[in-house]
Amino acid sequence: MNDIIQVRDLTKFYGNTPAIDHISFEVKKGEVFGFLGPNGAGKTTTIRMMVGLTQPSSGTALVDGHDILKEPVEVKKTIGLVPETSNLYGELTALENLIYQAEIYGVPRKERRIKAIQLLEEFGLKEHQDKSFQKLSRGLKRRLTIAAALIHHPKILFLDEPTTGLDVMSARGLRKLILDSKKKGLTIFLTTHYIPEAESLCDRIAIIVQGKIRVVDTPENIRDQMKEAEVLEIGLDRTPEDLKSKLPSVDGIDKIVIDENRIRFHTRRLDQVASPVMRFLEGHGAKIKSINTLSPSLEDAFVKITGLDSELMKIDKPMKAGPE
Amino acid sequence: MEELKKVYFIAKKDMGAYYLKPPLISWGLMLPIVFVLAFYFRNPAGIKEVVPGLIGLTLLFSCTSMAAIVITFEKRIGALERLLLAPLEIRTILFGKTLGSSVFGLVITIVITIFLIPIIGLSINYPFSFSLIIILSGIAFSLLGILISVGVKEVFEAMTMSNFFRFPMIFLCGVFFPVPSMPFPLPILSYLLPLTYTVDGLKHCLLEDKGMIPFYLDLLILLGFVFLLFSLSLFIFKKRIRQEF
Repeated sequence: MNDIIQVRDLTKFYGNTPAIDHISFEVKKGEVFGFLGPNGAGKTTTIRMMVGLTQPSSGTALVDGHDILKEPVEVKKTIGLVPETSNLYGELTALENLIYQAEIYGVPRKERRIKAIQLLEEFGLKEHQDKSFQKLSRGLKRRLTIAAALIHHPKILFLDEPTTGLDVMSARGLRKLILDSKKKGLTIFLTTHYIPEAESLCDRIAIIVQGKIRVVDTPENIRDQMKEAEVLEIGLDRTPEDLKSKLPSVDGIDKIVIDENRIRFHTRRLDQVASPVMRFLEGHGAKIKSINTLSPSLEDAFVKITGLDSELMKIDKPMKAGPE
Repeated sequence: MEELKKVYFIAKKDMGAYYLKPPLISWGLMLPIVFVLAFYFRNPAGIKEVVPGLIGLTLLFSCTSMAAIVITFEKRIGALERLLLAPLEIRTILFGKTLGSSVFGLVITIVITIFLIPIIGLSINYPFSFSLIIILSGIAFSLLGILISVGVKEVFEAMTMSNFFRFPMIFLCGVFFPVPSMPFPLPILSYLLPLTYTVDGLKHCLLEDKGMIPFYLDLLILLGFVFLLFSLSLFIFKKRIRQEF
């Protein structure tokens, strides 16, 4: 079976409002699948339904062949979840937390300590093993919460906004850990509202807005949907405001944007546009300092697909009370 | 067998992690000790008569306070979610939480009882019956604490809600006044509360007192409370999970 997760028509209503509106998608074995959307899009609700923490209003999902409604305990054995809030036990040490997780997941007695220590080493937490969870920094808490989710050898790891609230270095370290876990054959399902994070980590992305999936594809294919909007950016030695009105009407130029010393030509026919534009600029005494062709980014594609302002994606959720 | 092991792991973790929590120390340990000392200093000779009631109260306050902590505290920090996410049946979680609270309450109660033995010349005439009555009562009180706590969010709310039940029980359950001597309709309320049967059972074990009802009835009624409170807690717990998660 290549699809390790199959979601069918999953729906969740809160009152009369649909938080998740008939979504369907598949996650392939061994891939990093990203759920990208602004806060309130329904990412966490979807994860919680898939791991058996929230009851769907209708629809279902198969996780490693087990129906989330009919076999929730089997589903829970197959998965590990790292929630948005690092919620291990503040009173227990890092090592005790991992051993306790191993105990309640039924890891055999002989393996518990060995596996816990191995995870502490892999996650760079060995020197903190005797510190209580509440005394660890936010980044270390996050790492330990991921380690705890891996103690029972799950096949799928669910990560809800893994880097939210972390400093740049911790977030970078965490992304590396996620990619390392993928290399070991783990399937990873993560939610994020950071477009660059989705782009750098995910093999495939589902863009979700207001409980509906707008697109599911690889980041490359999603960017390709914007192919028509290539940009020729020419840097000049002066502010080219005076040139704008004099530009000849060249077929294929959709829009001209002037940004300080740079002039950007949005075009679908870069091959036809480039030569006449440069000839015109040189003919008018403008000295060309740089030439760039800007490919559309995932952010551009996101804005086009969702109609949302990409700035909206930079807003973090207010942090919940808890042992962050 | 696997389920029993997990019940034990949950209880062991709860006892290790929470026994020093301030609300537990104040309500589950300090209050019973203060009760015992207050009665001892007031009338050292007469304390023997109220000892069954004081032991019952100690068990009630320590078990319900621990139950409030293990449920509400974990709900607040989001750790209860970890248990719901693990491959565990809801009843396993409930068994584990009940076991942890009961053992904590029993340890406190036994320690206080041991201190009372030499101080007031207390003798436990029927140790086996004494053990049965405090174990059954401990489980019933823990379940009562859990039942109250699953519906609230904060530890202080759980403690306040618990006091709605605990404080009236001090007066209604034969701790200081015999139930039959209370004016009507108070005895009817008394018969609906588990502490009444704990105190009555303890009177059988600790005093040469025949109690209100035979000892075996105290045990059977407490067993009934355990089943009733467990079923109710399981029902409410499942309902709250559906609502809150």
